[in-house]
Amino acid sequence: MKHTLIALAVLGVTSGLAQAQEVVKIGHVGPLTGNIAHLGKDNENGARLAIEEYNAKGVTIGGKKVTFQLVGEDDAADPKTGNIVAQRLVDAGVKGVVGHLNSGTTIPASRIYNQAGVPMISPSSTNVTLTNQGFATVFRTMANDAQQGSVIGKYAATKIGKTVAIIDDRTAYGQGLADEVDKAVKAAGGRVSSREFTNNQATDFLAILTKIKSQKPDVIVYTGMDAQGGPMLKQVKQLGITAKFVTGDGGCTPEFIKLAGTAISDAAFCTQAGLPLDQIADKTFKDRFKKRFGADVQIYAPYSYDAAAAIIEGMKAANSSDPAKYLPFLKKVDFQGVTGEVAFDAKGDTKYGAITMYQFKDGAWVALK
Amino acid sequence: METLLQQIVNGLVVGSVYALVALGYTMVYGILGLINFAHGDVLMVGALVSLQVVLFVQKTWPALGAFPTLLIALVSAMAVCMAMGYIIERTAYRRLRNAPRLAPLITAIGVSFLLQTLAMIIWGRNYHSFPQLIDTTPLQPIAGVFITPVQIIILLSSACLMTGLILLVTRTKLGRAMRATAENHRVASLMGVDTNKIIATTFVLGSALAAIAGVMFSTNYGVAHYAMGFIPGIKAFTAAVLGGIGNLGGAMVGGIVLGLVESIGAGYLGSMTDLCNLPVWAQTANLQETCSNGGSFELLSSNYQDIFAFVILGIVLIFRPTGLMGERVSDRA
Repeated sequence: MKHTLIALAVLGVTSGLAQAQEVVKIGHVGPLTGNIAHLGKDNENGARLAIEEYNAKGVTIGGKKVTFQLVGEDDAADPKTGNIVAQRLVDAGVKGVVGHLNSGTTIPASRIYNQAGVPMISPSSTNVTLTNQGFATVFRTMANDAQQGSVIGKYAATKIGKTVAIIDDRTAYGQGLADEVDKAVKAAGGRVSSREFTNNQATDFLAILTKIKSQKPDVIVYTGMDAQGGPMLKQVKQLGITAKFVTGDGGCTPEFIKLAGTAISDAAFCTQAGLPLDQIADKTFKDRFKKRFGADVQIYAPYSYDAAAAIIEGMKAANSSDPAKYLPFLKKVDFQGVTGEVAFDAKGDTKYGAITMYQFKDGAWVALK
Repeated sequence: METLLQQIVNGLVVGSVYALVALGYTMVYGILGLINFAHGDVLMVGALVSLQVVLFVQKTWPALGAFPTLLIALVSAMAVCMAMGYIIERTAYRRLRNAPRLAPLITAIGVSFLLQTLAMIIWGRNYHSFPQLIDTTPLQPIAGVFITPVQIIILLSSACLMTGLILLVTRTKLGRAMRATAENHRVASLMGVDTNKIIATTFVLGSALAAIAGVMFSTNYGVAHYAMGFIPGIKAFTAAVLGGIGNLGGAMVGGIVLGLVESIGAGYLGSMTDLCNLPVWAQTANLQETCSNGGSFELLSSNYQDIFAFVILGIVLIFRPTGLMGERVSDRA
């Protein structure tokens, strides 16, 4: 009996060595092509860094040493593609997913992950609907648009003006955030002079800006991504409009500043769901990221890092990488991530969502107190 | 009034870029009956090549002024795009010239993907900001209309280019050969026209125009990106159809009309359908509260700006199936 045990143990060890390590696949989805591919890559790199660092430290789950593997997929910011790659990830047997980037792709895909019972943590989809669907497998690591919109609306209607024009890019994200801004402006006693719309492929906004100009608002709020926001600010100046310009987290990037060129001034503001990069808990994150990928953090890479970390922490707590087994533990995780403390409320929203307002000063976005 | 004038200026500027790109579509269609869907991506390559050259020139000869720098960039972008246009025609389309129509069309879409992916590999996924060589701050407003030096240059140079092209096609030997090839390339070759050469020239010319449009686009909006060719490509194609595809004048008119329709549509669609401007309606629909304090209730808004353009296209095609100016569709170059 003793001999067989030893034999089994030896067998176990040798087979363990033969298999090297157990591989646990974690999916990541974001747009890696198309006009916000730079943000998709940013998120993917965040998750990749988390996985590489956990692998380097070594994680043991269920008595076995585990190697995490990132399976990156491209949804091109397109809901249809998003669903296809979500299904592909589920079929490939991923144990958890970090993503997607856009609310517009995350919301439809979340149904697929929920049906398959695969936990999904978005590091950047801020649309309120995402966590209101009642899916147990859905989480996010940053504040949602209701919080962000109310900060933007209140700031625009009380601190820097009274009349506000709102432009959105007709994506789930842009539209949802614009609705929240609209509500908040009115709640703060301001007036919405007009709601205008563009799309996430456009480069020319002169027509809608000319219309806005005729209504003379104090503030123009744009809810969309940096790829449109930068050129839009340029055109605001081109038309001689003096209104302040506020954009949401999609425009709160170094890229926005580059694209706006000389048009950007201290009349430009942006918000980010989360803390500024130099205020996040882990001060060395920025440098580790730069060293590994040779690129600067755009926006949500730290939140993507924490999303991947949360999945791994959940698995560690459950001592299992089986989604059904670690999901209850994922709901209860509470750990120190790179952005600060990470924990989720009953709906899957982050418990510690912060919103930071930035103003453009001396070539960069500077956090306002 | 100044808003309307401003919208017209906006529309003219966008429209003339559409028109330049539309000319490329229409020339190729006129001669080959082929829709070259890769044309928008040639514009993208033009913009990115010129960006690369501008950065290089600025680094190597920083003393060179803005205009010479831009000129060098423009010429190199045109050269690259012309070479590319030739290669595309030679490798992707020539062998399919007698194939069923669907084959070259699918090939064109393939070429478009190929160019985009190559550009993504070379220039990355990021948006590049295009150096501001010409001032984009507005001049002193005239009658309340703001216009920037870049926009003036765009308007003037596209007008010159279009006139030049018309003269080339109607007055020169090359133009006559092009028209002959468009009419019937077998007969043209019997008459001693080297049709292969003429078709290649058409692609080269179209690509040069696309390169110029790309440089204009980038200097005006200050961005260059590997996927930037798609939207202007599709808009220019619409413009070409609107004007009557295969017809040079049609492409120009189509481009300008599309630009104006888009601009005015986006600017006025909202107020035209604002129920608050119609007191009767506002009363029946109980909108007093929404309308008070300068509020509005717009049935259609800038949300529908693209639809507006396509509705116009639809209407034109119903009453004039060959477009605004297309009478004998594929007969012309």
